Amino acid sequence: MHRFANPARFLKIARPLTGWLFWPGLLLLIAGAACGLWLTPADYLQGDTVRILYIHVPAAWLGMGGWTGIALAALMQLVWRHPLAGVAGRAIAAPGALFTAICLATGSIWGRPTWGTWWEWDGRMTSMLVLFFLYLGYIALANASARQGQAAGQGGVSTVTAIFGLVGAVNIPIINRSVVWWNSLHQGPSITLRGSSIDGSLLWPLGLTLLGFTLWFAAIVLMRMRAILAQNKVEARMQRLARG
Amino acid sequence: MKAKHQRLILALAALVAITGAGLLAVSALRDEAAYFYAPGDVKTKGVEPGKAIRLGGMVVKGSLKRAPDGVTIRFDVTDGKATVPATFSGIAPDLFKEGSGVVAEGAFDGKGVFVATNLLAKHDERYMPRELEGMNYNETTHEMKTER
Repeated sequence: MHRFANPARFLKIARPLTGWLFWPGLLLLIAGAACGLWLTPADYLQGDTVRILYIHVPAAWLGMGGWTGIALAALMQLVWRHPLAGVAGRAIAAPGALFTAICLATGSIWGRPTWGTWWEWDGRMTSMLVLFFLYLGYIALANASARQGQAAGQGGVSTVTAIFGLVGAVNIPIINRSVVWWNSLHQGPSITLRGSSIDGSLLWPLGLTLLGFTLWFAAIVLMRMRAILAQNKVEARMQRLARG
Repeated sequence: MKAKHQRLILALAALVAITGAGLLAVSALRDEAAYFYAPGDVKTKGVEPGKAIRLGGMVVKGSLKRAPDGVTIRFDVTDGKATVPATFSGIAPDLFKEGSGVVAEGAFDGKGVFVATNLLAKHDERYMPRELEGMNYNETTHEMKTER
């Protein structure tokens, strides 16, 4: 990984990779959403309402995957002092928070017609809301340390912020297991190691949107990393100029 | 030992400790964080009448009855271990039906009947087309017919 410690070498790979992730990702997620809207049969119980699944599940996956990325970046920063780890953590935070919010919003819209409620404080919903607040906390901490010019060599993510990212990872297995450990209004996991309880005729567009949103997420993270690196360069040059 | 390895061990030890603490907290919360009582819990732990709780389980097939007033329904809730009678006045969600999951908010009256003030439908993790369920959906009349 330290081969990419040099930002110039990282940018040489990241620049073309962004397009290769962005456009196929966009194509796949639009195709998957369209197939999910028009080609799949309605669910036996929920009817057409079930189609929100093709957005809700990828959003949940990326909200949780995003924080896993933040935790890994924090570990890279704390242990190996990788110069790009902080940049990656900051780049992931905003899209991660956005997808968590999309998951909460689509879940709420889904819950009203099926369960009969917009929101209930059950284990799954509460732990997902906690994840959203963790993202907001991480963004606030990272912005504060970047603005004060602390941790300039760590991509603007101070050690405290990185520790926060690592500690917050405790919530990820709790979200995943919340419907197993506790009685909850949210149903249990549909896709497990033993297979899927979603029938194949309803399942396949989910694969498309999952892959599409994931590629798209990766492209957004690369774009944001490049933007943060460019901004750091501008700030460093301004400081050199100011010093004369 | 290099400083890098020291940091790695420190970070991993901290992560293990935090995860352990989190799991301990979660297991201590086990009962408090439960979203509803199952009929079996009611039987073993006992819930005093008048205490506001949520009762969750399956609606027993054939137990759903509508009272003559037209708005009150009676049904039995079961979790396989125990069965509790319940009543509710009002509009039930669309997915509320016999053989399906329900979470009812309310309290027990003196006679052991659960008086619900609100009903939520709980569905399971299965998703499938109607043909597989042996149901036929009429697109124009929006009627569902069971073939079996």
